[in-house]
Amino acid sequence: MNVTVMKLTARGLLGRRRALLLVILPLLLLGLAGLTRWASDASPEASSILANNFSMGTLLPLMCLLVATGVIGAEIDDGSIVYMLAKPLKRRVILFSKLAVGFAAVFVFAVLPTMAGVAIAGDEGGELSLAYGLSAILAAIVYTAIFVTLGIVTRNAVVFGLLYALLWETVLGGYVPGIRAVSVRQWALSVGERLLGSRQADEWAFASEVGMTTGLIMLTLTTVGAVYLGVRKLSTLTLNSVE
Amino acid sequence: MAENSAVPDAAPAAAQSHGVIHDIGFRHYDGERLGRGWIVRSLLVETFRGVFGLGRPAKAKIMPWVLVGILFAPPLIFALIAVLLGLDELPLSYTAYPQALSLIVSLFVASRAPYCVSRDLRHGVMPLYLSRPMRRNDYVFAKFAGLALALFAILAAAETLLFVGALLAKLAVGAQITGYLQGLAVSVLYALVLTSIGLVIAAATPRRGLGVAAIITVLAVVAGVAAVASELLIYNGNETLGNYVGALDPYGLVDGIAVLWFGVDSAFGREVTLGFTGGVAFTAAVIVVVAGGIGLLMRRYRKVGVA
Repeated sequence: MNVTVMKLTARGLLGRRRALLLVILPLLLLGLAGLTRWASDASPEASSILANNFSMGTLLPLMCLLVATGVIGAEIDDGSIVYMLAKPLKRRVILFSKLAVGFAAVFVFAVLPTMAGVAIAGDEGGELSLAYGLSAILAAIVYTAIFVTLGIVTRNAVVFGLLYALLWETVLGGYVPGIRAVSVRQWALSVGERLLGSRQADEWAFASEVGMTTGLIMLTLTTVGAVYLGVRKLSTLTLNSVE
Repeated sequence: MAENSAVPDAAPAAAQSHGVIHDIGFRHYDGERLGRGWIVRSLLVETFRGVFGLGRPAKAKIMPWVLVGILFAPPLIFALIAVLLGLDELPLSYTAYPQALSLIVSLFVASRAPYCVSRDLRHGVMPLYLSRPMRRNDYVFAKFAGLALALFAILAAAETLLFVGALLAKLAVGAQITGYLQGLAVSVLYALVLTSIGLVIAAATPRRGLGVAAIITVLAVVAGVAAVASELLIYNGNETLGNYVGALDPYGLVDGIAVLWFGVDSAFGREVTLGFTGGVAFTAAVIVVVAGGIGLLMRRYRKVGVA
């Protein structure tokens, strides 16, 4: 990790009006959470459905995409990344610094709002918030790693990321059951499900398609794979202005 | 990427009416100059082709064609379903089709709108355009029309596929022709409204990735808020207000117009019962969005390349 790289990244991510874009979605979630509480009398089940579908299904991937674009996509886009790459720093260090800043931002702008959303919409003794918080942290790590790497590999990271997050998990998963098990969200939820215990999880509609062991293995493999590929791709990055 | 910059010349001074820089020190050109209209036309064609990656390397073609492919797949499936199950109408109506695939349509706009404008902004080439007999507003018009035409082209092509599929499945021809024409009308409105929103956001930033993310976030958030708010209002008995709030979403707005003017079923599955007033209000809203979008773009481009 390199403090200067982290500082520069944070400024590129949050500087000027860009932080505004990161606040819109969390605010929307909190508003929806308030509405859910009002409409369902703070039932943990309704709260869980909101968190599962909106927080985990839409907010988290979308925020990770926005952050990933902010930490590396924009710099590659305008070519200013060459000044950073030209410094005597290992590419690994640059990527790790950027990942750390990205994860911190996602934690503040997506994971904490997810927990707050559950707490607002309805919870019992903080258990549901904790379960969703844990799942959200795991999902955030994996999504950040995937999307930052995607941002290095292609200029169209946002579109492909969205196609994966929304089309793959939501639409295709609805028709082909097997696809639902190949999803970051389901892997992350498996850990929260174990934390709640199966009886409680059933009651609160907190369900995952896979078991915790599978979930953790897949999460680790995906993260390590994505980071490894990211370092490789950043080491051999060529800038072109094709698009 | 200034148009015609590869064709330098030194026309007689008398022919140069409005301070156009032609002689930039290369070989002279004494032929005919096609003028402002032709430049706008060329920029429009270039924008339209660029949206689909035509005339660009293979890498630039992947993304638009992946989205177009996804947009064109369902009509084929629908035609098959209609043939196999012997239905007497399509599983999804012509006017509801763009809304059903709103995610793909939004992604197309979000990814292509920044393509149209952000490179010129980032590389600061606006003065090069303006050194030709082209005005700032011509540039805005060409970019707007190029993107809107491209968007209309893919929507209309998808509607045509639906129509062909319906004919092959031997559905009633009269009803299909009406539906197809309504679908085309809706496509025009979608193209104009979405282009307007997309370009205004895209022109605000020279960073393409940021533009893509901003457009998709805005469209997703607006759609989500409008859907939830109108659902709640209708659920609580305030149908009129609920219908108007639902039209805050561009897809809800165009869908509302289709329901009120053509009498089709809403793609959102809600009853839109606003009658003639609603139809006029929605139409006015579309005009405001498009005119406002073009107005904002013109205002934005008055400052580009000055400082």
